[in-house]
Amino acid sequence: MKILVCISHVPDTTSKITFTNDNTTFNTAGVQFIINPYDEIALSKAVDLAADGASSITVITVGDASTEATLRKALAIGADSAVRVDAQPLDAWFVANQIAAYARANSFDLILTGRESIDYNGGQVAGMLGELLGLPSVSIAKSLSVENGQARVEREIEGGKEIITASLPLVAGTAEGVAEPKIANMRGIMSARTKPLEVIAPIAVEPLTKIEVYDTPPARGNVKLIDENNIDELVHLLHTEAKVI
Amino acid sequence: MSVLVYIENTDGQLKKSAFEVASYARDTAAQLHTDVVALSIGQVNQDELHKLGQYGIGKILDANTEKLATFVNQAYASILTGAAQKENAHTIILSNTFSGKALAPRVSAKLKASLISGAIDLPKAEGDTIGVKTTTFSNKAIASVSLQSPTRVITVNPNAYPAKEQPSGQVQIEPYNADLPDSDFGTMVKEIVRATDKISLPEAEIVVSAGRGLKGPENWGIIEELANVLGAATACSKPVSDAGWRPHAEHVGQTGIVISPKLYIAIGISGAIQHLAGVSSSKTIVVINKDPEAPFFKIADYGIVGDAFVIVPKLIAALKAHKGIG
Repeated sequence: MKILVCISHVPDTTSKITFTNDNTTFNTAGVQFIINPYDEIALSKAVDLAADGASSITVITVGDASTEATLRKALAIGADSAVRVDAQPLDAWFVANQIAAYARANSFDLILTGRESIDYNGGQVAGMLGELLGLPSVSIAKSLSVENGQARVEREIEGGKEIITASLPLVAGTAEGVAEPKIANMRGIMSARTKPLEVIAPIAVEPLTKIEVYDTPPARGNVKLIDENNIDELVHLLHTEAKVI
Repeated sequence: MSVLVYIENTDGQLKKSAFEVASYARDTAAQLHTDVVALSIGQVNQDELHKLGQYGIGKILDANTEKLATFVNQAYASILTGAAQKENAHTIILSNTFSGKALAPRVSAKLKASLISGAIDLPKAEGDTIGVKTTTFSNKAIASVSLQSPTRVITVNPNAYPAKEQPSGQVQIEPYNADLPDSDFGTMVKEIVRATDKISLPEAEIVVSAGRGLKGPENWGIIEELANVLGAATACSKPVSDAGWRPHAEHVGQTGIVISPKLYIAIGISGAIQHLAGVSSSKTIVVINKDPEAPFFKIADYGIVGDAFVIVPKLIAALKAHKGIG
């Protein structure tokens, strides 16, 4: 099976998020970048699926040269080759079109993404890829297995799950629980240095959205502390002041 | 030009989020000086659809065929796109539910429409484009986004926009159907597993959440009881789901589910930045923690410093007395 895993290069979850240029640009100074945690889950799933010895895993990202460290990490975890589309990821539509162009030329059986990236949180690329490639897609897969060219997927729904089957090729966005996280070992880290990392030019696509300005969320008021021997007071405040019960 | 809103159901019942998104679409149409049309896909009876009239919807397209009885995102996306073209809709609105997340990107790709996920306010016309705000960096920032395509798809998080009644007068329901190619049925639903006795976490108005402070999965009885008394959903922190004490589906935070309930009660959760990112848009936050220095208190509205095993049973008793139970 040929598997493509789409990787986003995102600020570490502990990063302080600040902006420059009149709040129009994300300030990357001092920010540590990581593989988007959900994409790491997708990659871990791919590593499990490729344990049959008859599969290959390619990882792809859209970004400048600074994203190569993230791709090398993906190679260390278990991908066989990496591709970097040399462009700024302008929006989900732009990214999906870049990945679709590569996927069309290299026909994959399974394309995995994370359910969303932790920076822009759109969760849009998997569905767009499905549509652009004319393939079925699942946005939030909690479990995924493949047998005889058929995938069995558990899709998250409100208050439960839906068990669906899909023919391959398939695009799936993965959520927590789909695979045990894989950690790069020393052999992986050593071999990652010599695995192929191809840089390709982007295709011409106009983005459809633009972030004009960023803002910080409104600050929350000060906490009202209630004595543990006066729980009735909390119930009273929730009822009369916050009006939530 | 019109605004088209997708109305979701669960087993033939319109979802709470459907009324929220109907209200959002009605107010968007007013803002853009145009009309709103709703589209229901799946098997929903006419009485149920008529409820939308209370929320300002005057016209409903009803795509109610057996083939569409279960969710197939390709087929549903085709129906939604066809309906948008038929109604000359340039703004398409969905709830950012699990199905909405599966549908919206496909619809936007079909129409080359600008897509914004999780809008937190109404769209505003700005010259030739439309501007709307959404949260980014997992709730750590708000982005003002311009939607530059003449057609746009907007999804709205559950609980982010209130369902407000505003009767439309007459409701006109029009059957809608379209011939779909077999290739639109690439996925097939085999089974739906739903915990009927539980309240769905993403849509819940009240959420009771607990962390490592509970010491072990065997101690979750008081959390479930508190949730029961409040009619709340239960949730947990990442270390708790990582340890297997609770299912992953209950993990709220930056790498779990992001929620915005009316009331979030955090018990024995210190408030790591990743957890706060997932819950900071809750309307009211109550924190119960024995550590007065826990970072969670900084964003809480109400706090109690003390032992969860002492406080939670007292809170259950006080709530029961308030509600006149037992």
